Amino acid sequence: MSQAQKPRETLGDSLLSVENLEKTFRLHLLGGIRVEAVQPLSFKLREREFGVLAGPSGAGKTSVLKCIYRTYLPTGGTIRYRRADNGVVDMATCPEQTILEIRKKEIACVTQFFRCAPRVSAEQVVAFARAAQGASQEEALEEARVFLRAFAIPEKLWKAYPVTFSGGEQQRVNLARAMVQGPRMLLLDEPTASLDARAVERFLAALESIRGQGTTCLGIFHNQDMVRSLATEVIEVKPLNGG
Amino acid sequence: MALNGQFPLLRVRNLSKHYGPFCAACAGPARRERETNVCPECGGTAACMDVNFELFPGEVLGVVGESGSGKSTLLRCLNFDQPPSAGEVFYSGADNGHTNLFTLSAQRKRAVRSSLLGIVYQSPHLGLNLDLSAGANVAERLLIQEGAPEYARVRGRTFSLLGKVRMPESRVDELSRTFSGGMQQRVQLAKALAPKPKLLLLDEPTSGLDVSVQASVLDLIASLQRETGVSMLVVSHDLGVVRLLTHRTLVMKTGRVVEQGLTDQVLEDPQHPYTQQLVASIL
Repeated sequence: MSQAQKPRETLGDSLLSVENLEKTFRLHLLGGIRVEAVQPLSFKLREREFGVLAGPSGAGKTSVLKCIYRTYLPTGGTIRYRRADNGVVDMATCPEQTILEIRKKEIACVTQFFRCAPRVSAEQVVAFARAAQGASQEEALEEARVFLRAFAIPEKLWKAYPVTFSGGEQQRVNLARAMVQGPRMLLLDEPTASLDARAVERFLAALESIRGQGTTCLGIFHNQDMVRSLATEVIEVKPLNGG
Repeated sequence: MALNGQFPLLRVRNLSKHYGPFCAACAGPARRERETNVCPECGGTAACMDVNFELFPGEVLGVVGESGSGKSTLLRCLNFDQPPSAGEVFYSGADNGHTNLFTLSAQRKRAVRSSLLGIVYQSPHLGLNLDLSAGANVAERLLIQEGAPEYARVRGRTFSLLGKVRMPESRVDELSRTFSGGMQQRVQLAKALAPKPKLLLLDEPTSGLDVSVQASVLDLIASLQRETGVSMLVVSHDLGVVRLLTHRTLVMKTGRVVEQGLTDQVLEDPQHPYTQQLVASIL
């Protein structure tokens, strides 16, 4: 048992417990100035809850998500997460290999902007995420197609490269790639910003289906109707005074 | 140390490589603070200095940095192409990871290299015998392992390996010299994978290839990694290559590792001034 994973430490009934999370960027190219992105933030999420980070643009909502996924290194605070085996890890400080393991098997993230390898087909992009979890190539491909179909990506595009897709199509591949993993926790950074009404409906249906399997969600949405209909927990992220 | 129930495949401890004269200042603590890898006292060059890292099974680790930062020296030391000046490397596939491989005899080093490591160099002429056919280059590697080689079996394996790197069967017997750069890199890959290594070392595998060929070679490397689960150390000055292929990244400058972390974190939230400059310079 590694140091970061202590069985005696429990989170009560929380899946995620963020305490005094802070993020400050130090920009060396600008003479080392400090830019504060997240002021101390604390919140908890129980299993199956849907947390929505709310606050004006620039308040640091995306930074909070990126800190949880460890794309950003938190400057202070703890992000304790209860793993599938009930061990508790601090995502802010645990070893990188542990984060990689959790990303592969437990936490998926839908970023605002889709990025994938060039010259890899849409179905392969989605299937790889599933194959990384240990599914066979055929199984992974089959499941990938289920999600591509659910997000109404036309079958003739399955073998095409997502770089050539429209913004909305790319975002749907992005969602398919996250959902095919059947994550315990799903992080969503404005996943519907580039989607039309039909695609949003499909997104909500897919979301409902994976939430039915027990997925806990934490997301950022600008559409207030969506916040009202999805959120079981609204987490206020306050902007910093004077930046 | 086990992590998530896994032991590291490779452990590198305080690896250093010096060229030229070596003086007390080269070994002193002030060496870490210098902005250059040339010693102001004696003029000696520290190509690599106190490099430490671990690589886990199935993991892909990137090494980035500008020309002269020591990336390739690091790789060549690990492939026993050149002896390090100091440091240790432990490899779980050899002697259960208990022996510093740099202390092995030349013969045992060769045995470790031919059975456990594969390497792809930036220039094909370092990794291939260009006067031999693609098939012969790969078969040569297979023959080192075979006790009593049987022609048909070696030939069959050669075709299967070259097929994996998408080489048309009709060209297997052509001289490697006649191939394009992208094809030569693919032959190097097939050759490197021949002994079913646990660790693949890639030194700028796609530099010098045009972008479309680069994309197909990168896709090939990524799929082979996923299929075989081989661990990889990828040296590149191209952050795009590292973003695409690797899980974690070491950033090197003047022979030292100045930063290491998850690849997406290093690229989106770089901590060291040099990494920030590097990331800000991506086209």
